[in-house]
Amino acid sequence: MLAHSLFFYFFSLIAIVSAIMVTVSKNTVHSVFFLILDFISISSLFIMIGAEFLGMIMLIVYVGAVAILFLFVVMMVNVAQQKNQWFSAKGSSKHIPVGIIVSVIIFFELIIVIGGWKYKPDLVTAMSLNIDKDISNTHSIGYVLYTDYVHIFQLSGMILLVAMIGAIVLTFRHRTGVKRQSYFSQISRERSDSIEILEVQSNKGVKADD
Amino acid sequence: MTSIGLGHYLTLGAIIFTIGVVGIFLNRKNIIVILMSIELILLAVNINFVAFSIFLNDISGQIFTLFILTVAAAEAAIGLAIIVVYYRNSSSIRVEDINSLKG
Repeated sequence: MLAHSLFFYFFSLIAIVSAIMVTVSKNTVHSVFFLILDFISISSLFIMIGAEFLGMIMLIVYVGAVAILFLFVVMMVNVAQQKNQWFSAKGSSKHIPVGIIVSVIIFFELIIVIGGWKYKPDLVTAMSLNIDKDISNTHSIGYVLYTDYVHIFQLSGMILLVAMIGAIVLTFRHRTGVKRQSYFSQISRERSDSIEILEVQSNKGVKADD
Repeated sequence: MTSIGLGHYLTLGAIIFTIGVVGIFLNRKNIIVILMSIELILLAVNINFVAFSIFLNDISGQIFTLFILTVAAAEAAIGLAIIVVYYRNSSSIRVEDINSLKG
């Protein structure tokens, strides 16, 4: 149990510090790196408390896809040199006290909710899908995901499809001045508007561009 | 040092959520960092879901975490595509310069 506590405090300390560094870091590339560190430590916490499948999926999806996507975009739009300095920016100093006050209020509201949870032990009994201890975490997720939640699963697939189409449509750029093959104009070409038979008179010739 | 219970994980989620909110409030320079703060907020929600799922012995919290993961990935892809298009059109993604809606 002591090792569990030590690992929890270790990973959560890394997670909190790197989350702070994501928001205050001057360089955007460093922010992305701290975001990756945050995801890795949180997924270690997930693996530690027994949600192994979600921890691994978070490593693959967040670190492997989302953070790399952020990194690509940061390098593409070249904001690495454009400093992210919200402490010293002029005009932003009036936002800092308001932001601090609002976030402290949000934090204490969340803490109050968590504290109230301790005095409601009867809410714990409202459970429907028990975790079977005999099978692994991946098995138990799979048993439920493809039976009880299959419609939501397919709906999330539709969300991914819409996001993919949206990203492609948004970033698609039609370049002018590039010669491309157009199947439609090739197929719809008729003999009558391509070939013309002319009477060529002797000693006159034919102008080719007519 | 007491044993780690549900409250510890919920407090961690609350702290990370609040850090994400602070990042959205106080960032006046870089819109990509705002997107990263949104990712932090979704991560905090995931922590809460997984902690409740484990400590209440109910698998549906982890299923919902999976769906939140899906939506977060879609949201990041769309948001970054919008940022790329905006940068291509106006060659700046500073938060101060994005005021064409006069909001």
